[in-house]
Amino acid sequence: MDHPVSHATTHPHDAVHHEELGFWRKYIFSVDHKVIGIQYAITGLLFLLFGFTLMMIMRWQLAYPGQPIPLLGNWLGQANAPGGIMLPEFYNQLGAMHGTIMVFLGVVPLAVGGFGNFVMPLQIGAPDMAFPKLNMVSYWVYFLGGVAMLASFFVTGGAAQSGWTSYPPLADIAAMGQTVWLFGMVLLITSSLLGSVNFIVTIVQLRARGLSFMRLPFFVWAQLVTAFLLLLAFPPLEAAGVMQLMDRLAGTSFFLPSGLVVSGTAVAVAGGGNPLLWQHLFWFLAHPEVYVLILPAMGIVGEVIANNTRKPLWGYKVMVYSIIFLGFMSFIVWAHHMFMTGMGTTISAFFQTTTMIISIPSVIVLTAMLLSLWGASIRFTTPMLFALAFLPMFAIGGLTGLPLGLAPSDIHLHDTYYVIGHFHYVVAPGTIFALFAGVYYWFPKATGRKMNELLGKIHFYGSFVCMNVIFMPMFVQGLAGMNRRLYDGGVQYAHNQDVLHLHLWIGMAAWTMFLFQLPFIYNFFTSIKRGEKVGINPWEATTLEWSAPSPPPHGNFLTEPVVYRGPYEYSVPGAARDFTPQFEPEKA
Amino acid sequence: MEIPYTVEARPDTGLPNGKLGIWLFLASEVMLFGALFSSYILLRVGAVEWPHGELSVVLGTVNTIILIGSSVTMVMAWASLKMNNWGRHRLFLGLTLLLALVFLINKYFEYAEHLGKGEGPGHSTFLAIYFTLTGLHGLHIVGGMIVMAYFLGPGAKMWKTNPEQFANRIEYTGLYWHFVDLVWIFLFPVLYLL
Repeated sequence: MDHPVSHATTHPHDAVHHEELGFWRKYIFSVDHKVIGIQYAITGLLFLLFGFTLMMIMRWQLAYPGQPIPLLGNWLGQANAPGGIMLPEFYNQLGAMHGTIMVFLGVVPLAVGGFGNFVMPLQIGAPDMAFPKLNMVSYWVYFLGGVAMLASFFVTGGAAQSGWTSYPPLADIAAMGQTVWLFGMVLLITSSLLGSVNFIVTIVQLRARGLSFMRLPFFVWAQLVTAFLLLLAFPPLEAAGVMQLMDRLAGTSFFLPSGLVVSGTAVAVAGGGNPLLWQHLFWFLAHPEVYVLILPAMGIVGEVIANNTRKPLWGYKVMVYSIIFLGFMSFIVWAHHMFMTGMGTTISAFFQTTTMIISIPSVIVLTAMLLSLWGASIRFTTPMLFALAFLPMFAIGGLTGLPLGLAPSDIHLHDTYYVIGHFHYVVAPGTIFALFAGVYYWFPKATGRKMNELLGKIHFYGSFVCMNVIFMPMFVQGLAGMNRRLYDGGVQYAHNQDVLHLHLWIGMAAWTMFLFQLPFIYNFFTSIKRGEKVGINPWEATTLEWSAPSPPPHGNFLTEPVVYRGPYEYSVPGAARDFTPQFEPEKA
Repeated sequence: MEIPYTVEARPDTGLPNGKLGIWLFLASEVMLFGALFSSYILLRVGAVEWPHGELSVVLGTVNTIILIGSSVTMVMAWASLKMNNWGRHRLFLGLTLLLALVFLINKYFEYAEHLGKGEGPGHSTFLAIYFTLTGLHGLHIVGGMIVMAYFLGPGAKMWKTNPEQFANRIEYTGLYWHFVDLVWIFLFPVLYLL
């Protein structure tokens, strides 16, 4: 395999050229994958904070139903919270937008757009993404989608309020915010599609010399599978979004049945549609989307664990095969979200079987990472703490999913707080912890400086305790039968009385967790200028990104990167050091 | 900085970047139209009655022939480039664009007939899926036409500076165009005949 790679020879010229770019081309409309990655990451982090703020407001209403919201109450507007007391419609808007923002504007852009864009090309030794201009377009289309979502709060009737799942017929007849939501989603989907094509082409085509598929870092594999999921699962939701727009704007009835009655009056609709059709199309996207949320997180944790245990990942190949299998399976489990729709026991039996099967590869990946810790002399750095916490948090999230995947137990648990606890354990202390691990781990590559360890540890331990105090009680509430999406937390139901007080605990923990994010925000911004200066490879890691300068210039590598070995050759017996990088030539 | 394999194929994958990119894009398009065709099946299976003979089979057949013809001229436009015949390339690419335009004009008459009778997408489930599917397909035709017009106009410069990449771009346009043609070949029997 001897590919002529032209970028290495042209590089010195480009380094000069790069300096000539003006502010706008360098930082705003940049085609450099690292700048775009950082744009995605910062936008994603801001949306995470915004989505979290929406939840902190909702948590006040749940902890103290009908009492004026302190601090923010007077800023929410008379239409939403007269006298600072939240209206039910506003609670619904916050709920729908919290989900939408966290998933589509926060976690995925940070995990895929941010880390994928910044780290993946560096890890495969590419000078940039395969289509740099398309990459810039992806970011700006995503940005417009975000603007549309934020703007929807200010249209008549407020933002979308039919939940992040936008089930019809409710969503079909909801206020105008839903239309804006659909336009926003079409933009976000388009951005993801462009991005996923770019990611796959880059990984397949731009790998450095010697970097065969089985030498790819696990993170790159995770991004590759994620990109395929985005590529193939998002278009059906785009189709569904177009159909819902037609329903709302052109008077069609794709999702509206004949004889629809709303609040006691018959609605004039053409009829003949099927509300379940939306659910099928939505979950055909949204179940693979769950793996879009978790796979990049697994990738980050894999990198951080190998680096901080100073050992190879245990069962690298099996992990790779597992996530490929996971990717395939994720397309045939969607209807386990729909056991309660009356679609029939035969279909339920099929989907609960596939759901049990898909848990196997997840468990394999998790077990492999756990076994990687065995006998290691672990460095408890901040990224490693977050990565270690990911393992039990994701395990709790995953295992509590099993009763939901089985139709009989799901009948009791469906749409309760148990479900909320389950998927938040996967995404919040699971994925988001992994993303924090990634921020602390790759920050030195992006800036040339380390983030402060003490502040990092305060951030970690505080968040870790709060996360569990927030989400663990939800299992108790859900098992007691408390439903989700109740704007007063369900005070009027007798069966909720014994678990209502947990809302108070959850609220306190949520607001405390906000305080523990302050050290992170402070640390993030001050470390850019004042963090401890580090060299090219501060973590003594083995993968290719650590052979580029910190921060890497436009074009990334000073000489053509060549790969000689697998991704995790730590503590090789007989080697002089406890890490043997991929780019280190074999001794003659 | 240059991105490797923008023009020449990578030896071990046998593909230039753009070709892999366009195939992946088409895969996602298959999922987009696949979702709409699945919706069609589900809505039709659940319907009490399904209208027949609402659309003009003659116009549909003419449009099918036009689109298949445009796929042929598209291939000729690319083949002419490969044979280094710039004039014939311009002729065939122009013909493809013209055929696409004729297709849309036919489509306009079909739409106008329905809308003239006051039968918009809200009239029945059949017309809802008809307008959605053909409308989305029509947008794809328009997209293809914009790309072709670009390569007939400002994009044609590249033939002087980088003929190989220009031929690649026409090839990718062709792949996309064949896909749009293929979607219609499914749409025609499903909406007009069955």
